[in-house]
Amino acid sequence: MAEQRKLRILVAKPGLDGHDRGAKVVARSLRDAGMEVIYTGLHQTPEMIVSTAIQEDVDAVGLSIMSGAHNVLMPAVVEGLRAKGAGEIAVFGGGIIPDDDVAPLKAKGVREIFTPGTSTEHIVTWVQENIRPR
Amino acid sequence: MDFVSRLLAREVLAGARLLRWIDDGLPEARETLKRLYPHAGRAMILGITGNPGSGKSTLTDQLIRRFRARGKTVAVVAVDPSSPFSGGAILGDRIRMQDHALDEGVFIRSFATRGHLGGLTNTTTDVVHALDAMGWEVVLIETVGVGQDEVEVQRLAHTTLVLMTPGMGDEIQAIKAGILEIADVFVVNKADREGADRTVRELEHMLDLGRGVRPTLAELMHHGGKVALAAAEEERVAPEAWVPRIVKTVAFRGEGIDGLMEAIDAHRAEYLRASQEPDFQRARLRQEFLEIYRRTLIARGWSYLMSEDHLGRIVDKMRTRVRDPYSLADEAVADLGARPPAPG
Repeated sequence: MAEQRKLRILVAKPGLDGHDRGAKVVARSLRDAGMEVIYTGLHQTPEMIVSTAIQEDVDAVGLSIMSGAHNVLMPAVVEGLRAKGAGEIAVFGGGIIPDDDVAPLKAKGVREIFTPGTSTEHIVTWVQENIRPR
Repeated sequence: MDFVSRLLAREVLAGARLLRWIDDGLPEARETLKRLYPHAGRAMILGITGNPGSGKSTLTDQLIRRFRARGKTVAVVAVDPSSPFSGGAILGDRIRMQDHALDEGVFIRSFATRGHLGGLTNTTTDVVHALDAMGWEVVLIETVGVGQDEVEVQRLAHTTLVLMTPGMGDEIQAIKAGILEIADVFVVNKADREGADRTVRELEHMLDLGRGVRPTLAELMHHGGKVALAAAEEERVAPEAWVPRIVKTVAFRGEGIDGLMEAIDAHRAEYLRASQEPDFQRARLRQEFLEIYRRTLIARGWSYLMSEDHLGRIVDKMRTRVRDPYSLADEAVADLGARPPAPG
């Protein structure tokens, strides 16, 4: 068959916050840029996200967190993927994340953090420039 | 351990990788499928189709639950449409199957149609072969929300469920030519809504009228030539003795699923009985081959044109109208046939 590579991105909402508008907007923007976006809804645990990312063979996982639990949940997804042998799946995130938390999260393996006010165009461009089909 | 052994051990990381190669059309996929084929043929393959919003994902979730309760491992192939404009897709069927996210006996994979019409993707056959060979005991195929023509799933599935919802009584008349003919079991979902019994009656009526109208393969082949071969690929190979059943469910509350499982089991028994007959086996295998053969021809034809600037040179020869496209196409096919197959 003719080769046809597409970026596959999992957009997930870990934790307890009950509002996924931001995640849905990002999911749509990635779709409009030609990517295949797996969307799994609210209240995901890091274990569920890791399992879904592996089954869906995604190239990257985008996490949206508004609850303030990003310092726990984001590294948990990175570590979970590594523990299952899928460490090459990139993790990026956004939501209500203070500037001071960005460097520590990156040090723990989160590839990029988008703080409040980031445009969706900026996120799409970052994904296009930094993520490749595996 | 080599890759195929990892697949046969049902290793999720390897399986997920293979499905990506298949979906993306990478040459590694075909070589792996060749080695996996002897191991396939054991899974029960169940197709679930119906209009958008009829509750396919919710029903799939219920079926996963039931098959898991029987101790079966379950793989789900969930297909959603690609945007015709951007080529992207949002694949959201998993939202309704979250309860199984951590169950190692369940594997769920979402696919985008990538421009393929028919309710599945271009490579769903290969995906199902792979999952079957890996030892997933039940493979559930959830199609995109269909209209009338997306009937491809019945070729792949042993048992096909068609979902309807109440309140489409009159429309049943209009869609009888399409998905009504492919159902082994009709599921009238959301049956707590007004009009469920009427929908059941309409379906019963349609079934009475429609019995025996399907052309047999002999009739299709009688017309000869490639049209008949295309028809043979689309032929409905199903147990003749089976009369479609109609079941009412309210999937999100889990109501009516016992009755649905009973109907699925009954059809399964009939299917396995029919599968013992050599003619039935041959018809299914013929269909399987025709589909793979067609895709192989197209893929080889395209990759030939795209290699060594064949297409560019052919077009150059046409420019002065000295050469005609018919002769050039014949020559291209002859030249292609003389070459060894490219990997993939």
